[in-house]
Amino acid sequence: MPSSSDSAVDQQPLTKLPAAPWSRQLSLASAPAYAAALESACLSIGALVVALVLFGIFVAVGGHDPLAVYGALYLGAFGTRFSIEGALTQASPIILTALCTAVPARVGLLVIGGEGALVLGGLCAVLCATASAGAPGWIGALVALLGGTCAGAAWIGAVGALKQWRGVNETISSLLLNYIAIALFNHLISGPIRDFSQTLKATSWPVPPAFGIGSIPGWSVHWGLVIGIGLCIVLFVVLRYTTLGFSMDILGGNRRAAQVAGLPIGRLLIVACLIGGGAAGLAGAIEVLAVHGAASESLIVGFGYTGILVAFLARQNPLAVIPVALLVGGISASGGLLQRRFDMPDATTQVLEGLIFICVLASSAFAGRIRWLAR
Amino acid sequence: MNDIVQPPPCVEVRDLSKRFGSVQALCDASVRFAPGRVHALLGENGAGKSTLVKCIMGYYRADSGMIRVDGVAQAIRSPQQSRALGLGMVYQHFTLVSQMSVAENLVLGRARIPARIDWKAEHRALTEFMRTMPFRLDPARRVASLSAGEKQKLEILKQLYLGRRFLVLDEPTSVLTPDEADQVLSEMRALAERGTLTVVLITHKFREVMRFAQDVTVMRGGRILATAEAASTSIDELARRMFGQATVTTAANEARAGVPAGAYCEVRDLGAHGDRGTLAVVDTSFAVRSGEILAIAGVSGNGQKELVEVLAGQRDAADGAILVAGHAYRRTRSQMQRYGVFVLTEEPLANDCVRSLSVMANLALRRYDRPPIAWHGWVRRRVLRRWAEELIARYRIRTSSPLARIDSLSGGNVQRTVLARELSEDLRLLILQNPCFGLDAAAAAEIHAQIAKARDRGVAVLLVSEDLDEVLELADRIVVMSGGRIVHEVGRAQADRYELGRHMTRTSEAEAA
Repeated sequence: MPSSSDSAVDQQPLTKLPAAPWSRQLSLASAPAYAAALESACLSIGALVVALVLFGIFVAVGGHDPLAVYGALYLGAFGTRFSIEGALTQASPIILTALCTAVPARVGLLVIGGEGALVLGGLCAVLCATASAGAPGWIGALVALLGGTCAGAAWIGAVGALKQWRGVNETISSLLLNYIAIALFNHLISGPIRDFSQTLKATSWPVPPAFGIGSIPGWSVHWGLVIGIGLCIVLFVVLRYTTLGFSMDILGGNRRAAQVAGLPIGRLLIVACLIGGGAAGLAGAIEVLAVHGAASESLIVGFGYTGILVAFLARQNPLAVIPVALLVGGISASGGLLQRRFDMPDATTQVLEGLIFICVLASSAFAGRIRWLAR
Repeated sequence: MNDIVQPPPCVEVRDLSKRFGSVQALCDASVRFAPGRVHALLGENGAGKSTLVKCIMGYYRADSGMIRVDGVAQAIRSPQQSRALGLGMVYQHFTLVSQMSVAENLVLGRARIPARIDWKAEHRALTEFMRTMPFRLDPARRVASLSAGEKQKLEILKQLYLGRRFLVLDEPTSVLTPDEADQVLSEMRALAERGTLTVVLITHKFREVMRFAQDVTVMRGGRILATAEAASTSIDELARRMFGQATVTTAANEARAGVPAGAYCEVRDLGAHGDRGTLAVVDTSFAVRSGEILAIAGVSGNGQKELVEVLAGQRDAADGAILVAGHAYRRTRSQMQRYGVFVLTEEPLANDCVRSLSVMANLALRRYDRPPIAWHGWVRRRVLRRWAEELIARYRIRTSSPLARIDSLSGGNVQRTVLARELSEDLRLLILQNPCFGLDAAAAAEIHAQIAKARDRGVAVLLVSEDLDEVLELADRIVVMSGGRIVHEVGRAQADRYELGRHMTRTSEAEAA
């Protein structure tokens, strides 16, 4: 939730500011932008530290040396080139699913349907790719990516429409739609579009190899990461500097003020949902085209839920989503190393992610109350 | 607990200072509230009255200075501490649970409530307590059925019941009719004269000070300018001290030759539901012409709020039609811009502003998507900032910076911000609800002048107000709203205060009976 400091305004001098250094003009939102940004950065980092300490206790109770585990976490996430590549690959879908929560949050909606949108995006990418088989590689890839994006957008757009015209709580509906999406996905890949040559697990028809998304030259990281980062930057600029972003900030800040201003509330809600859902759908399409080459259960590994965590840790700011997703991607990527070295369950990193989430939510209670920041 | 004979505490503050960031809200304030007297605190918005009182009540901690209660220096760190010392405060807004009875609301406020309440004994004790009070309420009545005046009395009774002998009343009469206000205040004065209570009255109204207060302290800019006995001073002197050099002007409102014909805004048979699903506005029709001020007078809660919400786009009409410039008005942004419709509703911070955004953003609420601020879908920050700075200067909005959050401003400055935004050059229909609620006389006069100026420019003005003085000062025509209906219409020349008051209260009396 957008939280900014009340005390931050206090440190503004009464005299006029000098003609605008670029950084100060960043925000239309509360007082000095840098103070607000500094505050949310401090809160997020503080929450992270507290979560790590709690995780250390958890690990120690399990009979392991916390420091050694921290070391392995670092090594598994960012210690080597190989682990960095793993972290980046993990981060790529998370960046996009985080937008599925972060963008609707700007208009005051708490959408947690990233998982469903991602799954459907992947599914639709397979269908589109199959339908355009025989087309030149880049056209097929484009069609598949667009198809995935549209599927995700429609899915979350429906959440916005239900909210606006039927008053359905968007958090509940997006959560339940996740289950429907996953059920639909499982039904299709285990029957109608199943590739029966794959016997190990239910897998859809393969995407024509020509449509695959390759790696960034010199890295074993696919181009999806670049697409995600680019989209974050574009959305950051749109939300900050355009009239559309301004309208969303008004609506997200006070619906009654938006009514007085005559803003098209329904349209804004749905546009925000379409953008968020589109991002998550795109994530699914990229995973299919760049990593799996088909739609299978490997797509349902919780990227959508991790995205919620990332969006909150980034305080719904698309730009902050990028580093946070890299961090969380790193933590996920180090799960394997923890498993091998300490014989801990793979889910251990999920405990850490859960702790981080709780600490971040709790930390917002301190917004505007950090004394020394107001000095 | 209900020991009335114990003398009220004597509260004295010495050199109290409080600073919020760069704003010195309170500066070396020293004042003594003598026991058993009614002491008025008079001052403009932002003069430091509430800061002073909140320091005494433990909501703020003063940066320096001291507070003495009965001669003993006290470091009051929390509201709990001030309550324990017998200091209490009655707020502008009610803090009652409306579904509960009077008795339940009184018992609810106690610090310690037993797990099982013996209601019979409580009722007996309450009846006994009420007998010692100058005003009584039936303990069995539901708070929802009480009038605003009775609720205000219940708030005061609650403080007395809880054993508070030093009471701060924060603009207690802002929600009351003149009669109710007089009654409540004279009873407070009687309590004080019996030596059972010390009353601090925060107010803007000179009349109340002269009539009910024994001592008066004038504040301006965080400083205490003077303390005097009310009897030894005069309204003129108080006004001079309170406003300093600023002159109090009233809106020029000479008799105007003929109002241009043709309604700019017409409301036909409008009906609207209230929050509880009942019809709050019933078959309401009226028309506002360009260049006139049509006032809708009425006691609060007679459908005005819902009517304004319908006009502002915050509530859907159940039936009827709204026409602006002869077209059906659908309250979209493009229509608002085309027909020049601007609105200032009640409680602007909650209804017209976005708390989390800056003063600049709130000023831009109507303009950000049009040139020169907008350029092909982009908001031009430099232009916006210059434009906002100009408005801030022109309307003398006191803010530390255009980028300060709007909710860091005082109430009067929020009002000014919204007014600055709404009184734009393309204004053709202005809808106002209690535009001067809670503002001091100088700010109110300034806003009245602005409204009159807009009217003289040919703007159609719909003024919905509970303040009869304001209505009589500004309006060209007056309609009275009561029980959701328009019950009376009169031109300004023929308007008579008592006649209007009779129409305003007619239906509510009938309902209460």
